[in-house]
Amino acid sequence: MKIFNMKLFAGASLLSAALLSGCDIPPQETVQRGYRGTGMEAVYSPEVLQELVAANQVPAAIPAVSSEGPKAGDVYQNVQALGHLSVGEFTRLMAAITEWVSPEQGCNYCHVAGEGFEKDTLYTKKVSRVMILMTQNANENWGAHVGGAGVTCYTCHRGNNVPEYVWNIGVPPRHASGMVHQMQNVAHQESNAYASLPFDPFTRYLLEDNAARVAGDTALPTGHESSIESTEYVYSLMMHYSDALGVNCTHCHNSRAFAAWDQSNSERVKAWHGQQMVKEMNNEYINPTNQWLPAYRQGALGDAQKVNCATCHQGAYQPLLGANMLADYPNLSRLAPPAAAPAPADEAPAEDMEMESASLDQGASSGEAH
Amino acid sequence: MREYQNIFTQVQVSAPDYPGVPIGDAERNRTKGIVHNHLLGKLGDAQLGPIYLGTLGVFSLITGLLAFLIIGMNMLASVNWDPVQFVRQLFWLSLDPPGPEYGLSIPPLNDGGWWLIVGALLTTSIMLWWARTFQISRNLGMSNYLAWAFGAAISLYLVLGFIRPILMGSWNEAVPFGIFPHLDWTAAFSLRYGNLFYNPFHMLSIAFLYGSAVLFAMHGATILATSRYGADREIDQITDRGTAAERGALFWRWCMGFNASMESIHRWAWWFAVLTVLTGAIGILLTGTVVENWYLWGMKHGIVPPYPPLEATPVLDPMMEGSQ
Repeated sequence: MKIFNMKLFAGASLLSAALLSGCDIPPQETVQRGYRGTGMEAVYSPEVLQELVAANQVPAAIPAVSSEGPKAGDVYQNVQALGHLSVGEFTRLMAAITEWVSPEQGCNYCHVAGEGFEKDTLYTKKVSRVMILMTQNANENWGAHVGGAGVTCYTCHRGNNVPEYVWNIGVPPRHASGMVHQMQNVAHQESNAYASLPFDPFTRYLLEDNAARVAGDTALPTGHESSIESTEYVYSLMMHYSDALGVNCTHCHNSRAFAAWDQSNSERVKAWHGQQMVKEMNNEYINPTNQWLPAYRQGALGDAQKVNCATCHQGAYQPLLGANMLADYPNLSRLAPPAAAPAPADEAPAEDMEMESASLDQGASSGEAH
Repeated sequence: MREYQNIFTQVQVSAPDYPGVPIGDAERNRTKGIVHNHLLGKLGDAQLGPIYLGTLGVFSLITGLLAFLIIGMNMLASVNWDPVQFVRQLFWLSLDPPGPEYGLSIPPLNDGGWWLIVGALLTTSIMLWWARTFQISRNLGMSNYLAWAFGAAISLYLVLGFIRPILMGSWNEAVPFGIFPHLDWTAAFSLRYGNLFYNPFHMLSIAFLYGSAVLFAMHGATILATSRYGADREIDQITDRGTAAERGALFWRWCMGFNASMESIHRWAWWFAVLTVLTGAIGILLTGTVVENWYLWGMKHGIVPPYPPLEATPVLDPMMEGSQ
């Protein structure tokens, strides 16, 4: 009997050790972020925090150069987005972009060796121009989300040709033919941190123009229509927010009233602006590049790889833990002044691009109207 | 009587085959097979069977099994008939109700139709089983406490999956079949209707649920503790109060002043159990039909404590006019 109990005890200890091995090693640090008793707090595990800090180191900045002297637009041909920079600034930024986006392929990732730098032969060059405009637009028009720290190419790319975290319009996981794959609960999807929820919240809320609002805003029914299915979609999107930022629900919400703005942190307003910003990025900037993209840069439905929260945040509540890289690269902080973007276009693709950037400006201003 | 002084069952209820009391014509509803199992005797009576099946039981099992199989086959189809993925993802797999676009209409089989059929089969199965509890009670000359308690649970089931969706005009409001999916539904339901914890009937249901657990523990412990004085004959002691009942009563009187009687404790337990599901059913029935947002409703009626603003500048809805 005694031996049996010893075995039982040993078994129970092993079992509980195995169960606990999934947890972070204590002690955790807790930071109160809301009114006491509401559980609005950030929980940090020193171990995890160390990894996060290690993964979010900013590369050393290239020494700054003078903004005086001849402009890149006057010296080089076909400089559309950065023509207002001095030649020195322009060259410095090109070197930085190479380091951030194509450290292995170098300049030849966008430019064909032996051909003039002004030629738009490779799709990568055309895409990178749009990406520069997108970055400038984010920094100039979306201060409500990117704040003072702003974004640079490195925020997302981190040395990769394509940022690690991008998304495509979802294709349901393999299922029996003849079955409509139901959307409300889909197992094993990375998009919502492996919850059993709708697997593609991004198309609905980060591409199409839908407000992620489901709770009624009156005590009694007044005709507000919002299905349980929509609620599960927003739930799925929120799982993505949480996963992408490495935070829990209470980073923004008071869990007693998820929908109530007066109960929330101002972070929630930032997140709301983020959703609008990402919608604009995907519709105004990323989708138009799809016409140039080779098939291997497209999703299963032939759409461009798009942006969500994880693209920049990559597990940190602020991308790169709030490091201000933009201070070192102020050339990315605003769009080129309208007068300084003439760029005489001598070939057809460049003309397309001009029209594109004209519509981009409109898009940017409409994004602000709220 | 030392055997009782243990937290596990110590007495093997093991005896020769016992077919039960004669019940006349209804006898044919009972199977013949009897099995004795020592391990079962650790949990309860060591004799397994005969079972009283009857027409109701047979059809209840058939419809229930069909529902179970259709749910399983739909889940298997959703992982492309892959048995490994079926096992691996089982807890996450789902048979969802029709989408909101269908309202209360009958959708195609593969887009919620199976869910509707499963709902009908499962409901039939449960109702037949319910009728069966009346039937067996009658055959044994019992009154219907058990059947009505089960009926209370069925009321919650019907409100969740049938009555409320019809009142709301959409099958999509109902609960999906699946382990995590039905839990996700619970969370989504609360998020959609502004926090179910501010629903007074949800509060009552929780109180009765937790109360049931406490009462169950109190009563079980009292009977075990006084079993050496004959508390095992607790029903005798309702009217013929023996020393076990006296000691049990004295324990609670000395402990908290008031004590239940051998009769009333069972009524306490029955009402707590029944009210858990009845108040729950009322709470679900009111949600979305009568109350849209329980948090705002609670604010209006002073049951939600106001907190001071979190930040110097109040956080405003960015879609509200003039906020940004």
